Amino acid sequence: MDIIVCIKQIYDLAQIKVDSASRRPVTEGVAKKLSDFDKNALEEAIRIREKHGGKVLAIIRGTKDAAKEVLAMGADEAVIYEIESDSLGTATFLAGMIQNMKYDLILCGEASIDEYSFQIGPRLAQALGIAVLTYARRIELKEGGIVGERDLENGYELAEAKLPALVTVTKDINEPRIPTLVQILGASKKKITETGHAKPESGVETLSIQAVEMKRKGIILKDIGELARVIISEK
Amino acid sequence: MILAFSEDLETALEILAKGRELADSLKTELASVSFRQGSEEKHIESGADRVFLIDSEPHADPVVDGISSLLEQFKPETLLIGGTRLGKEVAPRLAQKLGVGCATDCIDFSLEEKQLTIKRLVLGGRFIAVQRFLKKPRIFTLPPRKFEKKMDKSRKGELIKIPFMPSAQKVQVLEIKKKAPQELRIEEADVIVSGGRGIKKKEDLKLIESLAQVLGGAVGCSRSIAADFKWLSEEHWVGLSGHKVKPKLYVAIGISGQVQHIAGIREAGTIVAINSDPNAPILKACDYGIVGDLYEIVPKLIEMLRKNDGSR
Ligand SMILES: Cc1cc2nc3c(=O)[nH]c(=O)nc-3n(C[C@H](O)[C@H](O)[C@H](O)COP(=O)(O)OP(=O)(O)OC[C@H]3O[C@@H](n4cnc5c(N)ncnc54)[C@H](O)[C@@H]3O)c2cc1C
Ligand SMILES: Nc1ncnc2c1ncn2[C@@H]1O[C@H](COP(=O)(O)O)[C@@H](O)[C@H]1O
Repeated sequence: MDIIVCIKQIYDLAQIKVDSASRRPVTEGVAKKLSDFDKNALEEAIRIREKHGGKVLAIIRGTKDAAKEVLAMGADEAVIYEIESDSLGTATFLAGMIQNMKYDLILCGEASIDEYSFQIGPRLAQALGIAVLTYARRIELKEGGIVGERDLENGYELAEAKLPALVTVTKDINEPRIPTLVQILGASKKKITETGHAKPESGVETLSIQAVEMKRKGIILKDIGELARVIISEK
Repeated sequence: MILAFSEDLETALEILAKGRELADSLKTELASVSFRQGSEEKHIESGADRVFLIDSEPHADPVVDGISSLLEQFKPETLLIGGTRLGKEVAPRLAQKLGVGCATDCIDFSLEEKQLTIKRLVLGGRFIAVQRFLKKPRIFTLPPRKFEKKMDKSRKGELIKIPFMPSAQKVQVLEIKKKAPQELRIEEADVIVSGGRGIKKKEDLKLIESLAQVLGGAVGCSRSIAADFKWLSEEHWVGLSGHKVKPKLYVAIGISGQVQHIAGIREAGTIVAINSDPNAPILKACDYGIVGDLYEIVPKLIEMLRKNDGSR
C-alpha cells in the first residue's frame, strides 16, 4: 500500500498580531506548525501502513523542520517545497508531481486551518482522475477498495471507492500521535527531497487581508437582574 | 448567465435570491439546476429564469458531470454554489476541471464596474480577505443560512429537462445513517446557550441545558467540551472548526472566547457572556458580560427567567 499524504505547514494563528495602522496581519517572527487536520491525515496513513504494510510519503509545503516532525511521527519519506499561488495553482502543481508517482491512496485534511478552503483534496482527485471521499471520519480498506464513513450535515454516509482514491479526513478520525525522543532521533536518517519554489498560475487574486472589526458593545453588567432583563429583551 | 446550484432546497432558494440581485446588476439571466429535488417552481419564485432538471441522484460524481455538461452547453460566466459539504466538494472539482479559481464560504460579494470581488474569512476567522477572479467562469460558494430568501409567487420562468447520462461513478454510496434529530442544525436556532471549560463536570451541563430550555434555545459548546471531554456531540460544537452559528442571542458560559470560538459566532445578533475571569477575552468580544461564578449565576438566572415567564 503506497500512501501519499499532503501536508501544509502554517503560521501558528494564535500568534499572529494585527498591525494597528493597516489592520493587516503581522507574521514576522510567528512560529509555524503543521495544519491540524493534516496531522490527522498523516496519523491515519501511518496506522494503515502499520496494519497493511507499505510506504507513507509526505508531500509538504513547508520547511525541513516540518519534514522532520512528519518523519518523526512515522512517515517514511518526505518531499518539501514552497509555493506562491492559490488552490488552482497548488492542486495543479501537486497533481503534476503525484501523477508520476506510484500510489494507492492519497490523504488530505478536510481543510487547512489558515485558508479553510476545503479545496485541495477534491481538486487534486479531479486533476488525477481518481475517486474522492470527502469528510471521512472513519476509513477501512477492502479488497482493492476503500470504504469511508463521511460526516455530512444530516447523516453519516457510508461510501465505497476503488483504489487509487483520495480521502479527506475530519478531526474525528483519530488522535495524532506525539513522537517519542527515539522516533525524533531516528527520523534524521530518513530521506527528505527538496523541490524548490513553485509559482504556478492562479485563478483568484487576493486584493487585501485585514483584521475583522469587532463591533460588540462590551458592556459589563453589575447584577443578575440586569442580566435577566438583557436576555429577555434580546431573545 | 449565472448558474446556481444547491442540493439543499433552502440553500438553493437563499443563493437564488442573492443570485437574482447579481443577475440584475449584470443584466444577465439567472438559471438553476435541480437534481431530483422537487419543488422546482420555488426556484422560479426565488429568482430563477430557468431551471434545468437533471434526472440523477445528487451525489458528488453525477453532480460534477451534470453541471459540467451545462457549463459546456450554456457557458455561464458565474457559478454560484450552496456551501453545503457537497457544494464545497463539487465547486473546487468543477473549478479544477475548467482550470479556474474558486472561492469557498464567501460571506459577501460585491460588484464594482462589472468587477466581482468576494470576501471570505481567513487566518482562523480573524481576518477578511478580499479576492477577485482572474478567469471565468467565476465559481464561488455561499454558506447556508447566511442570506435571506425572497420569494415572489408571481415570477415566471421555465423548467427545462436536460437529457443526462452520468459517466461511470467512481464512488458508490452504500448507506446513510441519519443523525439524531435533536443533534441537528444548531445553525438554525434563534437562541443558543453554550458552555465551555468553566463547567467542571459532565452532570453540570444540566445548568446549560436548563437555561437553553427556559429560553427555548439550543445547546452549544466550545471545542473542549465536544472534542476533549466528549460530553456533547460534534453537532453542538461552535467555532472555526465546529459550527458557524447566527442566533439572535448567544449566551457563552464559562467560555474564554479564544479567536477560534469567536470565529463561529461573528454573525450572532447579541452575545452575552458569563465568566469568572474579568480578563477573559470573551468579555471584550460580547455585547453584555457579567463577571462571576457560573454555578452561582446560572441557577439564579434560570429562576428569574422562569418567574418572568410565569408572570406574562
Ligand atoms: C485550529 C484550531 C481550531 C479550533 N477550533 C475551535 C472551535 O471551533 N471552537 C472552539 O470553541 N474552540 C476551538 N479551538 C480551541 C480554542 O483555541 C480554545 O482552546 C477553546 O475554545 C477553549 O475552550 P473554552 O473556552 O471552553 O475553555 P477555556 O479557554 O479553558 O476557558 C474556560 C473559561 O471558563 C471560565 N471559568 C472557569 N470557571 C468558571 C466558573 N466557575 N464560572 C464562570 N466562568 C468560569 C474561565 O475564566 C475561562 O475563561 C480551536 C483551536 C485550534 C488550534
Ligand atoms: N500547499 C499544500 N501542499 C500540500 N498539501 C496541501 C497544501 N494546501 C493544502 N493541502 C492539503 O489540502 C487540504 C485542504 O486544504 P485547503 O484546500 O487549503 O483547505 C489540507 O488539509 C492539506 O492536506
